[in-house]
Amino acid sequence: MRFSRAAAGIAALALVALAASGAIAAKPTADPAPGKTETAKPLPPGLDPEANPDPYPSTYHPAPSAQVAIINADILDASAPEIPRGTVLMADGKIVAVGPTVMIPDGAKVIDAKGRYVTPGLIDPHSHLGVYPSPQVEAMSDGNEATDPNTAQVWAEHSIWPQDPGFQHALAGGVTTLQILPGSANLFGGRSAIIKNVWSDTAQGMKFPGAPYGLKMACGENPKRVYGSKGRAPSTNMGNVAGYRAAWIRARDYKRKWDDYRAKVARGEKADPPLRDLQLDTLVGVLEGKIRIQNHCYRADEMAQMIDISHEFGFHITAFHHATESYKIAALLKREGICSVTWAEWFGFKMESFDAIEENDAILQRAGACVTLSSDDENLVQHLNVEAALAMAAGNRAGLAITRPEAIAWISLNPAKVLGIDDKTGSLTPGKMADVVIWSGDPFSVYSVPDQVYIDGNLQWDVHDPVYPPKSDFMLGQPAAIAIAGGAS
Amino acid sequence: MLRSLIIAAALAVSPAALMAETLAITNAHILTEGPAGEIASGTIVVRDGKIIAVGAGVTAPAGARIIDAHGGIATPGLIAIGAPIGLSEVSEGVPETDDSSTASDLISAAFDVQYAVNPNSLAIPIARLGGITDAILTPGERRSRETRSESLMFNGQAAVIDLGSSMDILEKTQAGMALDMGEDGARRAGGSRAAQIVILKGLIHNVRDYEKTKANYDLGLSRALGLSEPDLEALIPVVEGREPLIVSVHRAADILQVLKLARDEKLNIILEGAEEGYMVAPQIAAAHVPVTVHAFEDLPSSFDQIGATLTNPARLAAAGVTLAIENPSFYTGARTPRIDAGRAVAHGLPMSVALASITITPAKIFGVADRIGSLEAGKDADIVVWSGDPLEPLSAPTAILVKGVEEPLRDRDLDLRDRYMAIAGLKPAP
Repeated sequence: MRFSRAAAGIAALALVALAASGAIAAKPTADPAPGKTETAKPLPPGLDPEANPDPYPSTYHPAPSAQVAIINADILDASAPEIPRGTVLMADGKIVAVGPTVMIPDGAKVIDAKGRYVTPGLIDPHSHLGVYPSPQVEAMSDGNEATDPNTAQVWAEHSIWPQDPGFQHALAGGVTTLQILPGSANLFGGRSAIIKNVWSDTAQGMKFPGAPYGLKMACGENPKRVYGSKGRAPSTNMGNVAGYRAAWIRARDYKRKWDDYRAKVARGEKADPPLRDLQLDTLVGVLEGKIRIQNHCYRADEMAQMIDISHEFGFHITAFHHATESYKIAALLKREGICSVTWAEWFGFKMESFDAIEENDAILQRAGACVTLSSDDENLVQHLNVEAALAMAAGNRAGLAITRPEAIAWISLNPAKVLGIDDKTGSLTPGKMADVVIWSGDPFSVYSVPDQVYIDGNLQWDVHDPVYPPKSDFMLGQPAAIAIAGGAS
Repeated sequence: MLRSLIIAAALAVSPAALMAETLAITNAHILTEGPAGEIASGTIVVRDGKIIAVGAGVTAPAGARIIDAHGGIATPGLIAIGAPIGLSEVSEGVPETDDSSTASDLISAAFDVQYAVNPNSLAIPIARLGGITDAILTPGERRSRETRSESLMFNGQAAVIDLGSSMDILEKTQAGMALDMGEDGARRAGGSRAAQIVILKGLIHNVRDYEKTKANYDLGLSRALGLSEPDLEALIPVVEGREPLIVSVHRAADILQVLKLARDEKLNIILEGAEEGYMVAPQIAAAHVPVTVHAFEDLPSSFDQIGATLTNPARLAAAGVTLAIENPSFYTGARTPRIDAGRAVAHGLPMSVALASITITPAKIFGVADRIGSLEAGKDADIVVWSGDPLEPLSAPTAILVKGVEEPLRDRDLDLRDRYMAIAGLKPAP
């Protein structure tokens, strides 16, 4: 079932590629154009943006995994009522069954989680691990291509340093999937990369197979400060908006040129292809619904402007990130189907975060809007469970009655929705990837830590076993290379 | 005449004292952090801003206003270390509101945060709702936005404030002299730590010289001493060992250098940061030098702290090092020092040490334990009653007293919350 779904996905991708290349466009569909079919030769490699939509493909292939049954666990899932004493069965890298009584196959490895808790692997939808790695030295500060307000042509995966020790620290905090974003210096920062938090010596080896791309955009203070201080546009919020609109106009025009070209080719007419433009490829990906807008935006009024821009040019904003004022426009965000990717506690470090409140997540949840937590920080990513607890507690003090599964969803299923991978991970649903955390105690307690973390059914972190996780090359031979393994014991 | 004297006397009394009354917190599970230890169920009596009695057998005086803790935990008010509460309103985006550091070429050691404290800062009620009743304000790293040529060494002098709602919140000034070492310090010494300690020793020598020959200095007969007169003056209590030198340092080798410097120059020091402290914990303990650690720091974020780990607090405490937990960040440190302490417990720090590390231990380290940090008769009534375990994220204060005044459980966050919950049609909290 799981394999066939994966196979179907690959087949679908191949079809897209085929349809995109001129090759099958020559197949007579409407207009046979007799005697002209041979004109539709594929363009030379790299010139047709749709010929190879995945030129830096994931090379992550989970190792074969054994059957594992976690029994006697308090199962705290994002999409189901809490099961006080239940079993999670994993096999072939997938969740097979979850419930109070599950048949355990002969030969399955049984882990007794008595007194412990199981949650889905956590997902951080806003991270700069790898692009702003530790150590934070200028030589590897690769997260902001702050040389032009529009750098939609850059891809975060081309900056990811897979040896960032921060990945292993995030794993020790239960994080199994992350969205790595370019920084927020630019109006258009570039494409994000969705990665699984597995050790690899290449970025490709971490990429989440089949995950869609995101496009980082940024509102507000950062772009206008970065460029205004260089004496160029944008230097104001109205300059920001003019910059977005100008870019979408060019994207629409570029798309029209390619559409015209493909129509001519389809009719068997002679046509010159437009010159490929990486920046506009990404924007067109958004217009075609293939690339998801991940929009750094703090203030409610700015979000409302961005929503109007999306209507003007016909695209959808997937999520506002940081979104410290989302609680002010919860109904609008619900109506537009836009998620808010937030912090629980951070406030007051900029004017646009001055109105950040601890109850943001709870208010959005009760208003029926989509909400997640995130870290944006190499330390905070290790403690997302505590963030969820703080945000839930603030909501409950306000009488908003946030449930424990709702709060777990803020760090698992909801971010999976933001990343477009909720059919694959984010909850303990049979058929999904076996991304699973066993906690030493209640994950909403500051005293609890992940005992074990599984990714695609493979054990990646065990607090009691110093071989986990595989260390970053950078940490090998360092005097304190054992430091990460020194968790609670 | 008499009338104006009475008015003057009334004006001299702080608003906090005017509001003070006799209060009794009853049915409390009291973690005193003082000699009385843990009291499973007891009463705390407060009068005129002070604790007058704490214990299981204590009864509320007649006429006292009762705060029934309903079995909840009462602790000393927490002491935040490092976050610029009251020094900075919008820490990054509006630098003109941030007085926690200077880039001036004229002032270094004499920089004194006491002059910048704003009792009306919105951060104060926000931090108070995190159970913080007092804060150690340490000057931040010297900013160098425009000039890359920094030559002045010291960050300046710390102060202790309370987080009450009066205009009079300074509790102690010149609570410590902040100094960066390691990479940050080296940058001020031409780029090498091998230069910084040599320069520092020279400056210390010059301060001692200045102290002995002030008359010559005033006549202009002194040789160049490398510091302005206010800086020299500010360093006198430091070189005499009366004011602690708060040394921000991370790398194990640098910590040993700092311990040696303190020994050679007879300085009273506090180690700040000390991410690799666990590697040299026996030496720190033997030197009787206290440490303020950031329990969050566990990444090799610079080559100064390749060995950073969440187990540092636990390992330092196990070696007998006096340990306080700090959080220098504005946007997390103002709310969650208690969470930082809990995090250290998750990584091996005993619970009792963790609570002490955000109450009585910082009070001792910064020389204010005669007034704050524990629940004892005679001390200031800085008290928090909690809905549960104070280190847990699901808990919150149910009552907060600062200098005997019960503060409202409100801040601007809650004003915004209530306005927008109403707009969203969500029922506001009762």
